[in-house]
Amino acid sequence: MTLRLIPALTLSALLVACSSKSKDDEGGATPARAAAVTIKGSDTMILLAQRLAERFMEANDGHPVQVTGGGSGTGIAALINGTTDIANASRAMKPAEESQVQQRRGKPAVEHAVALDGIAVYVHESNPLPSITLAQLKAIYEGEVRNWKDVGGPDARIVLYGRENNSGTYAYFKEHVLDDEDFTADTQTLPGTAAVVNAVAKDVRAIGYGGIAFGKGIRAIPVKTDDAAKAVAPTLETVTDGSYPISRKLFMYTAGEPTGNVKAFLDFALSEEGQSLAVAAGYYPLARKAGGPANVAQ
Amino acid sequence: MPATRESGIGIAARPAPRPRSSPGYARRRAVDAVARWIIAAIATAAIAAVALIFLFVAKEALPVFTSPEVHEEVTIERMVLPQAWKEGATPSFSWQPVSKVPKYSLAPLVVGTFKVTLIALIFAVPIAVLAALFSAEFAPPRVRETLKPAIELLAGIPSVVLGFFALMVLATFFQDTFGFTFRLNAIVAGVGLALTIVPVVFTVSEDALTTVPKAYREAALALGASRARTAWSVVLPAATPGIFAAIVLGFGRAMGETMIVLMASGNAAILSADPAVSVRTIPATIAAEMGEVVVGGAHWSVLFFLGSLLFLVTLVFNGLGGWYVGRLRRKVGGTS
Repeated sequence: MTLRLIPALTLSALLVACSSKSKDDEGGATPARAAAVTIKGSDTMILLAQRLAERFMEANDGHPVQVTGGGSGTGIAALINGTTDIANASRAMKPAEESQVQQRRGKPAVEHAVALDGIAVYVHESNPLPSITLAQLKAIYEGEVRNWKDVGGPDARIVLYGRENNSGTYAYFKEHVLDDEDFTADTQTLPGTAAVVNAVAKDVRAIGYGGIAFGKGIRAIPVKTDDAAKAVAPTLETVTDGSYPISRKLFMYTAGEPTGNVKAFLDFALSEEGQSLAVAAGYYPLARKAGGPANVAQ
Repeated sequence: MPATRESGIGIAARPAPRPRSSPGYARRRAVDAVARWIIAAIATAAIAAVALIFLFVAKEALPVFTSPEVHEEVTIERMVLPQAWKEGATPSFSWQPVSKVPKYSLAPLVVGTFKVTLIALIFAVPIAVLAALFSAEFAPPRVRETLKPAIELLAGIPSVVLGFFALMVLATFFQDTFGFTFRLNAIVAGVGLALTIVPVVFTVSEDALTTVPKAYREAALALGASRARTAWSVVLPAATPGIFAAIVLGFGRAMGETMIVLMASGNAAILSADPAVSVRTIPATIAAEMGEVVVGGAHWSVLFFLGSLLFLVTLVFNGLGGWYVGRLRRKVGGTS
């Protein structure tokens, strides 16, 4: 029967990452693993990778695909050490990491954008603020603006929620909204979008960010690129056509151009079926299939 | 010399002579020797495991001291002293490891760790010690038989569950009651932590109290002291060494606890003495950041350095605690 090895065990990924110095563990694995496609990395992308893997295995006589989480950095570290075929990353690789891949694997890291993800900014449902500009978001998260009335809201202190610095969401928000400046030290950091949504729902003065999700008690606030621009709410439409300002690509990295089953898997991810699986799992397709290869956005 | 008091050891060390001719004597001796070896080996393995773990962690932390590559990003001086992070800015402590200019000040994390631990002890110790006193001195046997396992059951609750409870219930309760700006703060995390250390402190204190010799109580009662007076002024002081040991154990547990703090403290690295603001502790920092770091990089080494630091601090406190317990024990005189 098919060997379905899809443990979404962050812990095991951590353990592997910690002990990944030993490069010679390739040989002692189960027979199935020798031929298996291994995928490791971003927790944001784990659902996407699992759905793709399940369908891919069904279509390919149960050719095994292993998917593990652990974070974008963990996946990239595994790619550097040669313990995974594909590294999932919800952020682009850092130059230091690229040079390590080149150094350790002798091949350049190759980037494959596989889907889009939008980052929503949430406020409590009772917050009357109609929209927010990117500049205001930057000022709020850098700690320059500390009261809602300074951005057109009620007179109340702003309570900030964000993600841990190991998350791709954190890195993306920092890079694209804060122009790579630091978050203010007051930002309460939480593990996972669900935790942020829950915290914002319980705090009328709160603001938070995370994957586009809908929960009770929160409102995803429409975002404007500048004062004159139109406020855009995060929806399938606006993320896919690129009009929503805070959206990002999700990547799968390989060391060198992919071959064999790895290539087949990545082709499948970019196929129409793969993209529709992404939508079903709550992500956004790379581009409208109005002709041409999927490669637009931003 | 304390050895003379523990007469049990004296007997074991010098077994009573048996007739050499007894059948099976040699075999019994051999079995004894083998058993002793096996037990010694197991004990050594346990100690060796701790030592090896520390060596591994320390080895990964070493680049903080030696590697010039790491020194481009971080030095001990920059971790300990306040830094002007931008030109012209006033020197400050900041923990921002993922940044254009990575900032690795230890002060916010160290202060945060001690702050949460202290709050946890302030809540847990009085409750646990008084509960132990009630259980040992006042509770009727039947009450005691349900009370003790019930409190000890608390130790069996997984810390994620307690963290979840602190995050969802305690945080809301405290914010509604006291109007904290930060929903998740040192107090919420400290109270959550207190729940994990109450059973530790309770169990050890209770044992210490019950081993106070009966003669002490009888003497106090015979002199006309009430039960409450006996418990408070005679039994409790006589059990201080054991209770102190319990507190030290609780301290170590609270200091290293990760999950509850990760979930309920807000994890904002703010350097402040105010217990109502968010804190970031050392264990939570390691747990949260380890998944993302570049293996072998400066951030990686600093996290291992933090791990070694935590290890050493708990070791030193346990050592000091043990030494102090010994002193108290000699002063109080041979109990527990």
